[in-house]
Amino acid sequence: MSIDPILFEPPARPSHPPEAPLAAEVGAVELTIDGRAVSVPAGSTILEACRAEGIDTPTLCYLESLTPVNVCRVCVVEVAGARVLAPACSRKVEPGMEVMTDSERVRHSRKLVLELLGSSVDVGLAGPQAPDGSIAAYTERYRADPTRFGPSANPAAADERDAREAGHHHAAVGEPTAATVGQPVKIDNELYVRDYSKCILCYKCVEACGVDAQNTFAIAVAGRGFDARISTEWNVGLPDSACVYCGNCIGVCPTGALMFRSEHEMREAGTWDESAQTMTDTICPYCGVGCTLSLHVQDNDIVKVTSPMDSSVTDGHLCIKGRFGFQFVQNRGPG
Amino acid sequence: MDLHVVAPLASPAERDAVDAVLSPLIGPPASGWHGGVRDSKADGHIARGGHEARSHRDLLIPALHGIQARVGFISQPALAYVCRRLSVPPAEAYGVATFYALFATTPRPPLVAHVCDDIACRLAGAEDVCSDLGRSLGPAGQPTRDGRATWLRSPCLGQCERAPAALFTSAGESPTSFAVAPIDAAGIVARFDAPRIEAVGPVAAPTPDDRLAVARRSVPQAGDDGLRILARIGRIDPLSLDDYRRHGGYEALARAIALGPERVISEVTDAKLVGRGGAAFPTGRKWAAVAAQITRPHYLVCNADESEPGTFKDRALLEDDPFATVEAMTIAGFATGAERGYLYIRGEYPLAEARVTAAIGAARAAGLLGPDALGSGVSFDIEIRRGAGAYICGEETALFESIEGKRGEPRNKPPFPVEVGLFGKPTTVNNVETLANIPAIVLEGGAAFAAIGTDGSTGPKLFCLSGNVERPGIYEVPFGVTLRELLDLGGGVRTGRTIQAILLGGAAGVFVGPEALDTPLTFEGTRAIGATLGSGVVMVFDDTADLVGTLRRIAAFFRDESCGQCVPCRVGSVRQEEILARLAAGRPRGSAADELALLRDVGQAMRDASICGLGQTASSAIESAFRQPGMMSL
Ligand SMILES: Cc1cc2nc3c(=O)[nH]c(=O)nc-3n(C[C@H](O)[C@H](O)[C@H](O)COP(=O)(O)O)c2cc1C
Ligand code: SF4
Ligand code: SF4
Ligand code: SF4
Ligand code: FES
Ligand code: FES
Repeated sequence: MSIDPILFEPPARPSHPPEAPLAAEVGAVELTIDGRAVSVPAGSTILEACRAEGIDTPTLCYLESLTPVNVCRVCVVEVAGARVLAPACSRKVEPGMEVMTDSERVRHSRKLVLELLGSSVDVGLAGPQAPDGSIAAYTERYRADPTRFGPSANPAAADERDAREAGHHHAAVGEPTAATVGQPVKIDNELYVRDYSKCILCYKCVEACGVDAQNTFAIAVAGRGFDARISTEWNVGLPDSACVYCGNCIGVCPTGALMFRSEHEMREAGTWDESAQTMTDTICPYCGVGCTLSLHVQDNDIVKVTSPMDSSVTDGHLCIKGRFGFQFVQNRGPG
Repeated sequence: MDLHVVAPLASPAERDAVDAVLSPLIGPPASGWHGGVRDSKADGHIARGGHEARSHRDLLIPALHGIQARVGFISQPALAYVCRRLSVPPAEAYGVATFYALFATTPRPPLVAHVCDDIACRLAGAEDVCSDLGRSLGPAGQPTRDGRATWLRSPCLGQCERAPAALFTSAGESPTSFAVAPIDAAGIVARFDAPRIEAVGPVAAPTPDDRLAVARRSVPQAGDDGLRILARIGRIDPLSLDDYRRHGGYEALARAIALGPERVISEVTDAKLVGRGGAAFPTGRKWAAVAAQITRPHYLVCNADESEPGTFKDRALLEDDPFATVEAMTIAGFATGAERGYLYIRGEYPLAEARVTAAIGAARAAGLLGPDALGSGVSFDIEIRRGAGAYICGEETALFESIEGKRGEPRNKPPFPVEVGLFGKPTTVNNVETLANIPAIVLEGGAAFAAIGTDGSTGPKLFCLSGNVERPGIYEVPFGVTLRELLDLGGGVRTGRTIQAILLGGAAGVFVGPEALDTPLTFEGTRAIGATLGSGVVMVFDDTADLVGTLRRIAAFFRDESCGQCVPCRVGSVRQEEILARLAAGRPRGSAADELALLRDVGQAMRDASICGLGQTASSAIESAFRQPGMMSL
């Protein structure tokens, strides 16, 4: 009897050489923003140019460490001569561009985006980066009034939205309420919860779970239109999915839809109190990579763990051990 | 990539269905990893994925079609098997499967009638058909008593000239799919009861006389002299390459090769041909831009997704003159330096797909496609890709995503397809009708083409006339003919009836009133009255038509067809539908004027801030109806 070897020849190398990387873009681009002459490095986005000028631009789906998906449209600006508005977060500057960040059209669209989101999603915790409620400031700045579309319709039953089929919605019949993405929180594991009634569908978690960080592909956008949702394969619970509990989706979620179970439970119990929390940076003890951990501590208990977005080691991303493996620190059993 | 696939084993039928699609293209499963038999030789410690897996991702949707056609729905094990075969993460594949309306991810009977309840069919009584079906078969989606069949509502099936229409799909070992129009509830039930559903499928009209008669049901001018785009419709056997060549076919390709790519492009530019798919972009400029790109390969895409409600011209061209598209694609590929063309056809056009598949096969067999077309050293071939029920996939960048095996989510532009298109390469996208003009331009020269029509709109144009007219159908006229003249060609509204409104350009278009009848049907003429030609839809609503219901159907259409990516369109389309419903129910929030102001606010944000043309035009028709004095009484 012969024994099959376990190690084998690798497949042949590709016959064509890899493509050369694109030449680095150099030089500066001159443009005007709100009438001011601005010069920024070629290849910059309008958002980067605005930030360099100190022009505060709202963003929701944008994050430095992720590929721009430009889907929320809250960052739109007017470019002279263009038929439609442009997303500042992904549109590259061009020489001679005339950008307006506070025109009537810009204000209108930003206001409507905030109203449309506010009327369909629980944005109570939403902010441009970490869930911090700062969407409220923009709502005020643009005088957005999400209640214009009527009171919220009743939330859907558990998993009802996940079962909706593309192209077959129940047509509106004239009810006085506004449809929402409301639904019960999905709690199916010890580590984190998914409250998709807070989800603005910014795609950040999908990107973080996919090629932008984790390469696990446990979640994706399923369904279509207003019924589009973040879903595991066949909406199975996280323990049955490909999820490895790195928590990187939680780290990028701007709305609090994805949340440490510890935070969720404290919020439910009314004991979550950010003003009473301290944040301590340390190095993860588990392996030699040396990720920076930020420990959020309340009443001498670690209540959640993040990593700084600007950490050159992590870009804000961690693994299950650094993210969730902190129980041993506070194991204060007898003896 | 570490695939995590947990589902139980797919059934033999499911695996057969997948393998029938995939094995001819990528071979049988190479290992246990790929869904085959486990073999320690092949399944050792070898990393899978990478380029090899990514290069097959575009087969995902064809594989899903295979399962849907064989089993009638896509089960979790079946999807898992596809995921193994193609190394696609199950969550992503699920996201794709749930994006397309023609894919079912819950058990569904094998036989389905997709009953059109869209705007033209509504005018022809589609709501009555649906309520009759509700009475005799039960609510939409519920299996019939024997569990073999069900019916579903569908957006426009592209058969509006013979409304109301239904599309039957029958899953099984020899799956079939065909449209029937006009049809009523009794006709649908009768086809459910027919012991062999296949037997009632469309058959090629046997004699030339029959052929002409059949063609005239959709193209009333068929057989007339002086037609250019429609010249061969009803006159030739669409399955016969010889017949096509006897009627001038393939002269243009030979001439194009003799002229060379640059000359072909300059003739198209001189012709001032602009795209007929809706955006009216100059074709010559597009071709020149792609031809000039140094990045290789270049791709050509023929957009046959035709899902704009009220549009059915591309269907007729593909059904009755399929070689013309094949030849024109070959010329376009030659001119723009593409060796591969994709023809993306909507999933609801089984007959057109069968005809054009046959035409591609015949052209390949005759050496007109392939590595050495016409023996001239030109290399070009065509692959067909079927859509799966998503209007948004007609948008060119969503179409690329769909061909690449993804959800049909439009990309942000720039970069434009001429630079970064299909598979990230320079790509020419053209509508079927745009391409249909190419052979004549090549043969007669751009100047002769530009002499037809007006200065701003050159050449002949197809219009899809439907709704309350005597002879709905596809009409070819030179640009410049007025709306009234077109309506006269179609016999006008029925005696005793008057025109209430006309929808130009489809659901993404604009309503005009009878005072617009003397508008010339040109790009500049319609622009001058704030309207659009769009894809050539001219839908007539007489004084009996229910305009409020029509507007609500249009709103529901956009709510259904929005891809869901961007906030203005995803939520705006919902709010638009809700506002209309409240107005129609006579229960406005505040006054009707408040609701209309809210509608305009939503409309402006959709127009200004949406990613793609769907959201940007989703409020166009609805807002236009309220702008017309006296058109809407609410
Ligand atoms: C929502 C949407 C749907 C579209 N559907 C189609 C279609 O079904 N067929 C088509 O040819 N063009 C369609 N288009 C236009 C295409 O994006 C593209 O402009 C066209 O295919 C280019 O070909 P042309 O220049 O020959 O017209 C659609 C555009 C949008 C925004
Ligand atoms: S925890 Fe990690 S693996 Fe799990 S869904 Fe989030 S990003 Fe993906
Ligand atoms: S769950 Fe959070 S990160 Fe994911 S799409 Fe929703 S809001 Fe964005
Ligand atoms: S406008 Fe609508 S269809 Fe287009 S990308 Fe946005 S959500 Fe999708
Ligand atoms: S931040 Fe630019 S579109 Fe979302
Ligand atoms: S086929 Fe029904 S509306 Fe077009």
